Amino acid sequence: MTEAQATSSLAKHARLFATGAHVVAAAFVDGAPALALADGIVLIGDPDEQTRVVVHPGAAMLTAVSDGKTFLTGGDDGQVVAVSADGALEPVGDEKGRWIDALALRGNAYAWSAGKQVRARDEAGATHAWSAPSTVRGLAFQPKGFRLAATHYNGATLWFPKVEGAPQILEWKGAHLDVSFSPDGRFLVTSMQENALHGWRLQDSRNMRMTGYPAKSRSLSWSHDGQWLATSGADAAVVWPFKDKDGPMGKAPRECGVRQARVTRVAFHPKALVVAMGYADGLILLCRLGDAAEILVRHPGDGGVSALAWDATGARLLFGLESGAAGLLALPA
Amino acid sequence: MTMSREPEKIPVTVLTGYLGAGKTTLLNRILSEAHGKRYAVVVNEFGEIGIDNELVIGADEEVFEMNNGCICCTVRGDLIRIIEGLMKRKGRFDAIIVETTGLADPAPVAQTFFVDEDVKEAARLDAVVTVADAKWLAQRLRDAPEAKNQIAFADVIILNKTDLVSPAELREVEARIRAINPYATLHRAKKCDVDIAEVLGRRAFDLDRILDIEPDFLVAEDHDHDHDHGHDGEHHHHGLKHYHDEDMQSVAVRFEGDVDPAKFMPWINRLTQEQGLNILRCKGIVAMKDDPKRFVFQGVHMMLDGDSQREWKPDEKRESKVVFIGRGLAEEDIRNGFLACAA
Repeated sequence: MTEAQATSSLAKHARLFATGAHVVAAAFVDGAPALALADGIVLIGDPDEQTRVVVHPGAAMLTAVSDGKTFLTGGDDGQVVAVSADGALEPVGDEKGRWIDALALRGNAYAWSAGKQVRARDEAGATHAWSAPSTVRGLAFQPKGFRLAATHYNGATLWFPKVEGAPQILEWKGAHLDVSFSPDGRFLVTSMQENALHGWRLQDSRNMRMTGYPAKSRSLSWSHDGQWLATSGADAAVVWPFKDKDGPMGKAPRECGVRQARVTRVAFHPKALVVAMGYADGLILLCRLGDAAEILVRHPGDGGVSALAWDATGARLLFGLESGAAGLLALPA
Repeated sequence: MTMSREPEKIPVTVLTGYLGAGKTTLLNRILSEAHGKRYAVVVNEFGEIGIDNELVIGADEEVFEMNNGCICCTVRGDLIRIIEGLMKRKGRFDAIIVETTGLADPAPVAQTFFVDEDVKEAARLDAVVTVADAKWLAQRLRDAPEAKNQIAFADVIILNKTDLVSPAELREVEARIRAINPYATLHRAKKCDVDIAEVLGRRAFDLDRILDIEPDFLVAEDHDHDHDHGHDGEHHHHGLKHYHDEDMQSVAVRFEGDVDPAKFMPWINRLTQEQGLNILRCKGIVAMKDDPKRFVFQGVHMMLDGDSQREWKPDEKRESKVVFIGRGLAEEDIRNGFLACAA
């Protein structure tokens, strides 16, 4: 489709604003819209009453993740900081000026990496360290149990921070970047340097290759029922089926929102099989998986979409662009 | 003809050189000089830089093989990550300088700019600058393959510490360099006292800037020429001693007239695929049959980048030439292969 053919548009329901810096990540923190900006600032609140919280003074924000209660940010100042909805900051980690490359968060458990050094802070506040075989690019907590997945060159490693002994290595040749567990914990999926995704069925470490992307797939989002994985990196959102015990093995993915522009971010709605997708040209669409119906959220312009997040109920969608443009869509009741 | 220019990409200069040649001296000079530019510097060891620079990033030189069926396709994984991170500081620096370790092969760094789409979009390789020690280079070329690689790969060579050698030794080491790489721009220096403009902003990988590929000593040699003919087995070329390096050479082939693209394209692709392990760098300016524009290309190992450039000028002789620098190149095969591409 083209923008002109869009049958429906919610664009007028989106309140647009400018953040002033590359938007690194978006989240709703205790219900408040929050954007992590590359200039070290977290912007919290509705568009007309935002608070600018300086989290990494004079430094750059490299990465940020949220679980809906906390915004965990990592900077090129080596600091890992937990930001609350009221703007309170808790220093979590200090890597002495080394870049924070990856973060993970679940409840009061935090994990971060700088180069090969991975640290995990458990809920009791004790910090555990592990050194990866090469630089870690992605971290994720397993849905259950205090176990962390870390990606690196030639595979991923599953590490129990509180347990002595060798971590489990999942090998696959190549450089692995982002990482995500399926919500039921059965699968681990990584994005790769070679424009592909790789997956492991954890029960037997069976490999799954998901290829055919024209670009790196740097955004992964699971549907609320855990049966679908939406991914960026193509001229459509590529959505893989994970319902069966073999996951997407031997199955073709669905494509949503096919356009002449690269999808840069995807975010599944928290309650419905609707995926929000942002493109390299700034356009944002919602697409319903069942019938591929599309709704326009943002017209193209101002460069690539770099952040997308739904609130917990799926009533609001927050988005940000590399250019600093941003917006908050409230779905009409 | 497309007139739209893509947004200005961040230039990246790769600084190589064997241990002790003077890379850090050059880096400190670049950072301390009042040029008004801000540099992000990627170093392999912290603490060596004596200058307070806002953006100094430690690298791990992680060389990754790409799973794309190309055996020599390696990239610097850490550099991909660092450039991605530096883009979060866009507007706060003007250029990036990547210092490699003394034992590093420059190829993975250069290939990163051919292979990674995100890096390509954000940054461009400006030049490979190699610092060489006038006193010890000749020795290193004998015992350290890394040193030879760095010379062969270079766009700019700074022959440093020239005050520590005699004029005869200097001519000797320059001839050794020229035997490997006659195309790099060569500067003599003491304590790396070379004009920074000769090091940065070279656009050596810019296809638009491939104007000519004459050996540097034929066009730019303006130093005191040496006329002490008489060493056994050495030819003299415009006053320079001429050596043949047993291991690493350059092969240049040219002919007047056009090539047939239906022959040339398969030939250059096959050659770089089959010989890519041995070919470090290649460049060419080619007159394609029935094409009013010059076709230019350049490559690193198996990776090629080519495009139509400006039109041939009315008074310009349409000719086709290619240059390869590499290890154990099959000169006759390359020569015959290229000549067979004539239209």
